Amino acid sequence: MSMDDLSTRGEALKLPPRRAPAGALSTVITLAWRAMLKIKHVPFQLFDVTVTPIMFTLLFTYMFGGALAGSPEVYIQFLLPGILVQTIIFITVYTGVGVNSDIQKGLFDRFRSLPMWQPSPVLGALAGDLFRYSVASLLIIGLGLILGFRPAAGALGVLLAFGLVLVFAFAVSWIWIIFGMLVKTPESVMTTSFLFLMPLTFASNIFVEPKTMPGWLQVFVQVNPVSHLTNASRGLMHGTDVAGDIVWTLAASAVIVGISAPIAMRMYRKER
Amino acid sequence: MSNAIETERLRKTFGEKPALDELNLSIRSGSVYGLLGPNGAGKTTAIRVLSTLLEPSGGKATVLGLDVVRDAKAVRQKISLTGQYASVDEDLTGQENLVLISRLLGMSWGEARNRATELLSAFGLSEATGKQVRTFSGGMRRRIDIAASLVTRPELLFLDEPTTGLDPRSRNQVWDLVRQIAADGTTVLLTTQYLEEADRLAERMAVIDNGRVIAEGTSHELKSSLGGNALRFQLADPTRREEARALVSRIVGDAVLPNTDPTAISVKVSGASVAAEVLSALSAARIELTDFALGSPSLDDVFFTLTGRPPVAPAAEKELAS
Repeated sequence: MSMDDLSTRGEALKLPPRRAPAGALSTVITLAWRAMLKIKHVPFQLFDVTVTPIMFTLLFTYMFGGALAGSPEVYIQFLLPGILVQTIIFITVYTGVGVNSDIQKGLFDRFRSLPMWQPSPVLGALAGDLFRYSVASLLIIGLGLILGFRPAAGALGVLLAFGLVLVFAFAVSWIWIIFGMLVKTPESVMTTSFLFLMPLTFASNIFVEPKTMPGWLQVFVQVNPVSHLTNASRGLMHGTDVAGDIVWTLAASAVIVGISAPIAMRMYRKER
Repeated sequence: MSNAIETERLRKTFGEKPALDELNLSIRSGSVYGLLGPNGAGKTTAIRVLSTLLEPSGGKATVLGLDVVRDAKAVRQKISLTGQYASVDEDLTGQENLVLISRLLGMSWGEARNRATELLSAFGLSEATGKQVRTFSGGMRRRIDIAASLVTRPELLFLDEPTTGLDPRSRNQVWDLVRQIAADGTTVLLTTQYLEEADRLAERMAVIDNGRVIAEGTSHELKSSLGGNALRFQLADPTRREEARALVSRIVGDAVLPNTDPTAISVKVSGASVAAEVLSALSAARIELTDFALGSPSLDDVFFTLTGRPPVAPAAEKELAS
C-alpha cells in the first residue's frame, strides 16, 4: 500500500473519548480470553501438556507395574493419582514462561500503562493455565480408566482430587511468576525450574512407597509437599481417610501463595 | 492547566548508574515535543518514569497536573504508551489485539469489535485483520502498535522511538499519523535519535545526554544558538582533511564544527566574507572541493557541538539506510 493510501484513510481516524476504567473481573476475563486465543493460535503449546502425560502414564505403568506391584493393573491404582500430580506441577512452569515472554516483548509495559487493576494480566494468565491443567487431567484420567484404573471413590473422589491438585498448582505457579520476572529468557525459566521440579516430584511417593529408600531420603520425602498432595489425591480417589494430608496440602499452598504472590506482585509493579 | 508534562530535578538511578540526572522538562499541552539524544542518553527511562512504569529515585514529575507516583492510576487513565518494541501480542491477530486493548479500556465486546475494525481500516491494516501479528512487516507492526494506543483519545501519547528501524516510506506514514494525532488535540511526546524526525514533527525539543537536558527550544532556536551560518564542504581527497582543517582553523579559530564524515568539514562562519576567505584559502592551497554549501547549521551540527558525539550510532545509521 502506498503512503497516499494511508493519509486518505487516515482522515477516518476518529478518536472516541476515554471510557470509565474496566472493572477488575472484566479485565481478568478479557486477559483469560487472550490466554485461550494463544492456545488456539499456537496449538503446539498443548503438545507438552498432552503428549508428556500420556507418555509418562504408559511408560511407568508398563515398565514398573510388574516389578513394583505384581502387575500393571495393580500398579496403576497406586500410580495414576501421582502421575496427575506430577504432570500438573510440571505444567505450572508455563505460567512463568508466559510471563517472561510477555515482559521481554514489552507487552506487560503496555498492560501496566493501562488504567486497569494491575494484577489482571497475571491472574488472566493463571486462568488460561487452568484450562491447560484441565486438559491434561482429563487426558490422564481418561487414559487411566482405559488402562484399568478404578477409583473406589468414583467421579466425585476424582473431581475432589483434581480440585486439590489445582489449588496446589495455582500456588506453585506464583513461584514461577517470580522466576519469570527475574531471568532474561523463557528458556532460562524452563531450565531453572526443572532443577527444582525434578527432585520435588521424583523424591516423593509418586512412583514408589518411600519405605525402601535410605533414611535421609525418607526424611525429605516426608516433608515434601508433593508427597502429601499425592497421598491426599490417592486417598480422595480411592476413598481412604486422608484428612491430614489434605489439610497439609492446603496449608502448604496457603504458605506458598502468602509468600510468593505479594513478592510477585511487588516485582510486577516495580522496576525491570 | 497549560503544561502537559513538568519535571523538576527528576532522577532515576539503576544501581550506581544514573539514567536520569536531575532532568528538568516543561512541555506545553497540545504540542508535539521531541526528546532527542543518542542511545543510552536516558530517553526511554524518561518515558518509562512519565508513563508510571518506573518510580523515580528523586525529584518530581507531574503529567497533566497529576503526580506520576501518587496519582499513577489517574495518570494511566489519561495517557497512552507506545514502547520501543511493538508491544502487541504476536500470537494474536491484528483484530484480536485491538479487541483486547479496547476491552481493557472499558468497552463492551461488541463496541470493542467495532472499534478494532474501525482502527484497522483507519491504519490501512484491513487486509491483515485475521493475520497473526508475527507475520506483519516492520511498518505494519508499528502501525498496529500505535493503533493500540489510539483505541480511545489519550490526552497525552508517548511514542518511544516510533520510527527506529523503519524504511523511509513507513517512516513517512508514521510521521503523517503523528501529525494527525496532534491535530486532533493530543499532546505527543516522542523520543528519537533522528534529528530530521524531531525537526519535522516537533515544535519544541530537548536534547538530552547522560540523563540531563543539555539544550532546549525550537529547532530554529537550537540551530541559531550556534550563532552564524555553517559552511560545509566536501574534499576531493580525504587524506588532506587534516591539512584543510588546520588551514581553516587559522582563519576561523575554534569554529570548526565536529563532523563524522571523513571527507567533509563544517565551519561556523559569521558572514559571507569569512566564507569567501575560507574558500579562497583552500583554493590557494590547491585543496580541491567536490561540493560546498553555505546555510544555517543543521541539528546534527547542534548535536555534535553540544555532545561531542555524532547523533546516531553507526549501526543505527546503517539500519536507517536499509
